[in-house]
Amino acid sequence: MNPSDRDATGLLTRPDEFVQLVTPTGERRADADFDPWVSDIDTAALGRLYRDMVIVRRLDTEATALQRQGELGLWPPLAGQEAAQIGSARAMRDDDFAFTSYREHGVAWCRGVGPAELLTVWRGTAASGWNPFERGIAVPQIIIGAQSLHATGWAMGAAWEGSDAAAIAYFGDGATSEGDVNEALVFAASFNAPVVFFCQNNQWAISEPVGLQSKQPLARRADGFGMPGIRVDGNDVLAVLAATRIALDRARRGEGPTFIEAVTYRIGPHTTADDPTRYRTEVELAEWRERDPLTRVLALLEASGVDSAGLEREVAVEADRAAAELRSACIAIADPEPLSVFDHVYAEPNSHLERQRAHYVRYLATFEETDAAPAGDAGTGTEGGAR
Amino acid sequence: MTTLTLAKSLNAGLRRALADDEKVVLIGEDIGTLGGVFRVTDGLKAEFGPTRVVDSPLSEAGIVGTAVGLAYRGFRPVIEIQFDGFIYPAFDQIVAQVAKLHYRSRGTVRMPITIRVPFGGGIGAAEHHSESPEAYFAHTAGLRVIACSNPADAFIMIRQAIASDDPVLFFEPKRRYHVKGEVDEQASLADARPMGVATVVTPGDDVTLVAYGALVQTARDAAIAAEEDGVSIEVIDLRSLAPVDYATIEASVRRTGRLVITHEAGQQGGVGAELAASITERCFEFLEAAPVRVTGHDIPYPPAKLERHHLPDLDRILDGVDRALGRPNSLSGVEA
Repeated sequence: MNPSDRDATGLLTRPDEFVQLVTPTGERRADADFDPWVSDIDTAALGRLYRDMVIVRRLDTEATALQRQGELGLWPPLAGQEAAQIGSARAMRDDDFAFTSYREHGVAWCRGVGPAELLTVWRGTAASGWNPFERGIAVPQIIIGAQSLHATGWAMGAAWEGSDAAAIAYFGDGATSEGDVNEALVFAASFNAPVVFFCQNNQWAISEPVGLQSKQPLARRADGFGMPGIRVDGNDVLAVLAATRIALDRARRGEGPTFIEAVTYRIGPHTTADDPTRYRTEVELAEWRERDPLTRVLALLEASGVDSAGLEREVAVEADRAAAELRSACIAIADPEPLSVFDHVYAEPNSHLERQRAHYVRYLATFEETDAAPAGDAGTGTEGGAR
Repeated sequence: MTTLTLAKSLNAGLRRALADDEKVVLIGEDIGTLGGVFRVTDGLKAEFGPTRVVDSPLSEAGIVGTAVGLAYRGFRPVIEIQFDGFIYPAFDQIVAQVAKLHYRSRGTVRMPITIRVPFGGGIGAAEHHSESPEAYFAHTAGLRVIACSNPADAFIMIRQAIASDDPVLFFEPKRRYHVKGEVDEQASLADARPMGVATVVTPGDDVTLVAYGALVQTARDAAIAAEEDGVSIEVIDLRSLAPVDYATIEASVRRTGRLVITHEAGQQGGVGAELAASITERCFEFLEAAPVRVTGHDIPYPPAKLERHHLPDLDRILDGVDRALGRPNSLSGVEA
């Protein structure tokens, strides 16, 4: 790796592989640039980050099980990416806004998204589960990278309004090949938008390795767009928290966008419909399991004098409780009313859709008792375009 | 009343919208300092500043995608796609994001985005500068698609589009940009004809002729020419392509019994196909003949020296009218 000259470019990219504050075995590494940004994280605060990660991993396991049991149509597991998601999302303020893809259940957890809200999409009962404005997180995005532009536009608007709120765009390594992400980087740099591009490089875009998307570390792409790129150990919650705080602080001070590459790994399949054994080796998987984001935090807490076994038990109970809540919330999600397929297509009345809806009402009525009154006046074709 | 070109009436409408609502922002390539390649946004940056009238990078998906984020933030973006043929790089953001976000968010996120598209041919332009992509968007649920044809409508319709809480594809007939007309600059939105309602621009009894955008004028010219031949054509300016104001068209067809639809876009899967099918379904028993489409050919837009062979003109429209009337025409004796 041959990173750009920090002094010349102001880049935060450094010659080491990535910024790491906690090693996989739980040793704390001193870092003059990053340590000040997490100086407030005492053992209690670190314990809370650990708790978040355990709970979202447990929720993820439960959701995967729900899918296997036929309660969810599909689920994209986050296992392995807990530190990247919790560390970055816990750096956000309430008035910041997250624009995510479909795998950011940990970010949703940090934004207060409830169990049923999280699962409606995957259960197939609604196109989304939560109100974005109540949670500060947009509806999940399936189209790869599209949300990076939405985050940028939101951030441009926030800056124009004089707010110091910032947006975070979450996307994966595969998304960096998409036009939208590159156009978002251009817009963000050109307009100095307060947005953080948070790339979770989980090594695999379904079956395609990151090497097919980029011949150099993704963080280095930032240089070409004129913004700092930070490469951080994405399995190190403390380093991710520090990096995201640095980036958000830059954004709030009007210094523009930052690109963060969180180097992490998707332990599970792309989705529950995927079979990663066709494209990944056991050896690779084993190597990444040794860099697990949870165990290193527990080891660090142990070394700091915390009763880690006690904490582990305590948090496991809490996580089981959250999982049970997720399960019961999932099963309680009712099937939607048939006519709700027509709801919310338009914000304003639409004569075409109203006619189609009225026709379908009459059609459904044919299945009810034969003396039922026809529902609505649908077939006469007298409605006007102004309705 | 003021006499304005269509381009200047759009400019006046945009100025009014910017003045009335500080959340309205204009974004596009070359729209600021230059005032747009057609000067539709002329002077607006100087008047409202660079964060209300924004020169964007050359990035159509970027323009539309950031407008989505701005709408999330409570803005009402009005974006300019410089030419019809440049809208395709932004297609995903329009049909998968702008069109669907209200539905996907169960009504919590509104996308009051106006996408201005100078469209159509007849100006001898280069490749990708004369296209009629409206059917792609009329096909997409969640979008409204409208086309103005004259300065008075343009002034009102652009403001209606901006005021709408739904995303609106706003098609501007670029070969009519410099046509002048009377515009009531005091006109209020409350008194205006609703955005989704068609207009009978030339009353007639024998044939209903539906057009939109640049071809409304051609259709009117055809009606005048037909009058000399003793044929009375009722010309309807469709104005809204999605949803379509079928009530106005039906009322006309029930009287005339004949329907001709004309547009510059190709025939297959076009707006005319939808109109022909829907009117046949709705008033089959009133029709004296099958609906007739007079459209562009199903070809890529041809080179400038050939475009007159592609675009419906007065004579091709009159030929279509003759087909609807069962009079001698270019297809006489040919099986349908």
